[in-house]
Amino acid sequence: MLTRFLLMGLDRRAGVMLAVLALLAVAVPAMTLWVPEGSPWHLSIHTVSLLGKYLCFALLALSLDLVWGYCGILSLGHAAFFTLGGYAMGMYLMRQIGPRGVYGHPVLPDFMVFLNWTELPWYWLGFDQFWIAALMVVLVPGLLAFAFGWFAFRSRVTGVYLSIITQALTFALMLAFFRNDMGFGGNNGLTDFKEILGADIQAPATRIALFVATVLALALGYLIASAVVASKLGKVLIALRDAESRVRFLGYSTESYKLFAWVLSACMAGVAGALYVPQVGIINPSEFAPAASIEAVIWVAVGGRGTLAGAVIGAVLVNFGKSYFTAALPELWLFALGGLFVLVTLFLPKGLLGLAGQVAARLPRRERLAAAPDATAERKGA
Amino acid sequence: MRRAVRWCLALCVAVLCSHAALAADVTPADLKPFVQALGSGGYAGTEKALGRLAEAGDPAAVPVIEALQAGDLHVRKADGAVVIARKAGGGYALSDPLTRADLGEAPAAAVEKIRINNSLRRAISATLGALTLMSPDAATRRSAADAVFKSRDAAALETLAAAIAKETDAGVRRAMEQARAAILLTAGGAPDADVQAAVATLADRGDRDALALLTMVAGSDASDAARTAARAAAATVEQTLAMWAAAQNLWYGLSLGSVLLLAAIGLAVTFGVMGVINMAHGEMVMIGAYATFLVQEAFRAYAPGLFDWSILVALPVAFLVAGGVGIAIERSVIRWLYGRPLETLLATWGLSLALQQAVRSLFGPTNREVGAPSWMSGAFELGGLTITYGRLWIVVFAFAVFAALLVALKKTWFGLSIRAVTQNRAMANAMGIRTARVDALTFGLGSGIAGLAGVALSQIDNVSPNLGQSYIIDSFMVVVFGGVGNLWGTLVGALALGSVNKFLEPYAGAVLGKILVLIFIILFIQRRPRGLFALKGRAVEA
Repeated sequence: MLTRFLLMGLDRRAGVMLAVLALLAVAVPAMTLWVPEGSPWHLSIHTVSLLGKYLCFALLALSLDLVWGYCGILSLGHAAFFTLGGYAMGMYLMRQIGPRGVYGHPVLPDFMVFLNWTELPWYWLGFDQFWIAALMVVLVPGLLAFAFGWFAFRSRVTGVYLSIITQALTFALMLAFFRNDMGFGGNNGLTDFKEILGADIQAPATRIALFVATVLALALGYLIASAVVASKLGKVLIALRDAESRVRFLGYSTESYKLFAWVLSACMAGVAGALYVPQVGIINPSEFAPAASIEAVIWVAVGGRGTLAGAVIGAVLVNFGKSYFTAALPELWLFALGGLFVLVTLFLPKGLLGLAGQVAARLPRRERLAAAPDATAERKGA
Repeated sequence: MRRAVRWCLALCVAVLCSHAALAADVTPADLKPFVQALGSGGYAGTEKALGRLAEAGDPAAVPVIEALQAGDLHVRKADGAVVIARKAGGGYALSDPLTRADLGEAPAAAVEKIRINNSLRRAISATLGALTLMSPDAATRRSAADAVFKSRDAAALETLAAAIAKETDAGVRRAMEQARAAILLTAGGAPDADVQAAVATLADRGDRDALALLTMVAGSDASDAARTAARAAAATVEQTLAMWAAAQNLWYGLSLGSVLLLAAIGLAVTFGVMGVINMAHGEMVMIGAYATFLVQEAFRAYAPGLFDWSILVALPVAFLVAGGVGIAIERSVIRWLYGRPLETLLATWGLSLALQQAVRSLFGPTNREVGAPSWMSGAFELGGLTITYGRLWIVVFAFAVFAALLVALKKTWFGLSIRAVTQNRAMANAMGIRTARVDALTFGLGSGIAGLAGVALSQIDNVSPNLGQSYIIDSFMVVVFGGVGNLWGTLVGALALGSVNKFLEPYAGAVLGKILVLIFIILFIQRRPRGLFALKGRAVEA
């Protein structure tokens, strides 16, 4: 039944997306391990981690598109869920360091020894077990989203107000995690990881395994999201995005639908964060910054909101641009990003994926007719 | 020429007279033997001579004793005279301790320093305290009384009594009486009536020092009556102190609230009145602050004498610059996005990034120095409150801006058009109001007010490209909390959040207090999704 549910989301666009991801999962390890170093086709381990980072952001963008593109909830605090998932993974990695820290304490992480703590706080217990940490990666963001959404959707906080209080949420979390006595390493965050599941975290094989895991997680996330969107539930979500009160008057419990999508999205964001942390090797409170969440919004907007594939494409493209610009012309990056925001909202309200449709609509009639099957397929996917 | 000569003569006479007057004040002859005695008889001899100087009670001795304290007092070996010797080149420059007359230079070997030990050091400060109690300058007497209050040196008691008898200034006399009361209570053994009088005097003083003394008396072996009086007085003082502490918190809250009000009120115009979420609002504030910086630079370069008034020039400049940028933004970006609040949010966020980078490229990433005019620096005390002029002016300014905006919206033709366009755009258009122009001007007004906020914030915060970022979230909280579309809501929201923050701070710390306020707002929005003063009726769903 689960398989049938997942297969439901398979339309042409999903097929292409999954094929691309499958190709990445095979080609990237092959190009790293078997292509000799001198060859132009060789990928360095550094590049693999960078690609892995982009795909983590893509999963975050995907989760954001699910709530923004399909439910009309513009979250300006999605980085909060991403970072919480990251912290859960970071805590596991911290416990794996064991006595290899600078202070050599067998149980306590370095920053706790530094603060003269004598025992592990209760919320750190169990994080030496991978399965508990993996559970928390989904559970903590999910529970926070549930609590937040339960109150917010029930009180019918919508639109701009909701956006602003999601921003307040992530800002409050940032301030909290910056405090040293929270027990999460203060402004240094968690870092100096040594191994994950017994494997050296710096080893090329581990890096490649993490990359493949990220590709699989993104593929699974994409399948789940497109299945949800294609289901009856997804139709209700789209309906309440377009006219919430009408859906409510038809007898649907709109807040339950929203809550479901919201919590699912938060869990996906948590997984993205958990995969992000071992690949970049650090997690700190600045990931909670409201700017990080808003940047995720622009990835979705650039790719095209309400398209799922657009979110993935937007996240990869914008982050590639960011890596390129910050290395080549660091002063220009903020101008480029800022300009992108303005231009996309003004000229590409449907993002890059919508651009194809816009262009098609401007073509002369005969060509438009020829392109018509394409356009219908797109609309079905949306 | 003759005029010039006359001038010179007059000047000479004036100088001579003033010199004579100065000389008449000093009575070197009377003090000379005591000063001379400072140099003989070792530590004991110095201390004895010091005691005699104190008895003489002549403030002219103060510089001598200060020189002794600083280790500048020396004995000239040739004739045993006590002189002030300060290092000059290889040797010492000598001068007479009383008349300050120059006595030439001497090699290091020709003088011997009058050494002091700890017991002498104590005696010196007590003597200085006592002598300055007799100073002709009221402010000096006052600070001397305060010093005695702090040191509680029983040796000063007699001098203090003499000083109180001679004192003419009521305020200084009160300070002296308090000092005397403090000594009486600390030393113990005073008659019961005196102790009770001292308790009353201290209760009248009513600060933290007095409280400490009173609690000490309440627990001492004084008579029952005295102890009861002290306990009662301590309780009253405690209550007064708590009241002042609350008042101080209230003032801090008001001051923080008015900063929030300034930052948020422009947002209330663009967000509340126009429905545009301007994420670049913080950058308008930043532009206002940089405009202040530029105006001040111009004043520094061309009219340094008028520097104190530069901030008054900066106000209209900041308003026009930020308002102009706002109008440009509205004409180029916002006007295409009306009715799509989430899209304006994204586009203005993009603009805010670009503006920040532009300022960073133009002015560099570091903080810029914005000076405070003299009338905005310093502080004064109001009962138990300490109020800085800078904060006071910002509070006044915030309320002035609020009042001006209120009047502009309610009483002017422009305000009328704004309200008409807000309520029914199509109808306003049909009645001949040029809605596009009103939109641009309203956005310009909101941005201009942000610029004014920037002028004020440049006085209390670092002027850096990140200036706006630190206020934008708070501003949104204020507007959302107060209720969109209502200026009074913004006022109440800003003051309430400011005070709550400051009252939480002593218990929870600054960061935790802020977190609690954010959580409070998140929960509050659940109860009242449209803020404190929500619009009712049809406007709600629009």
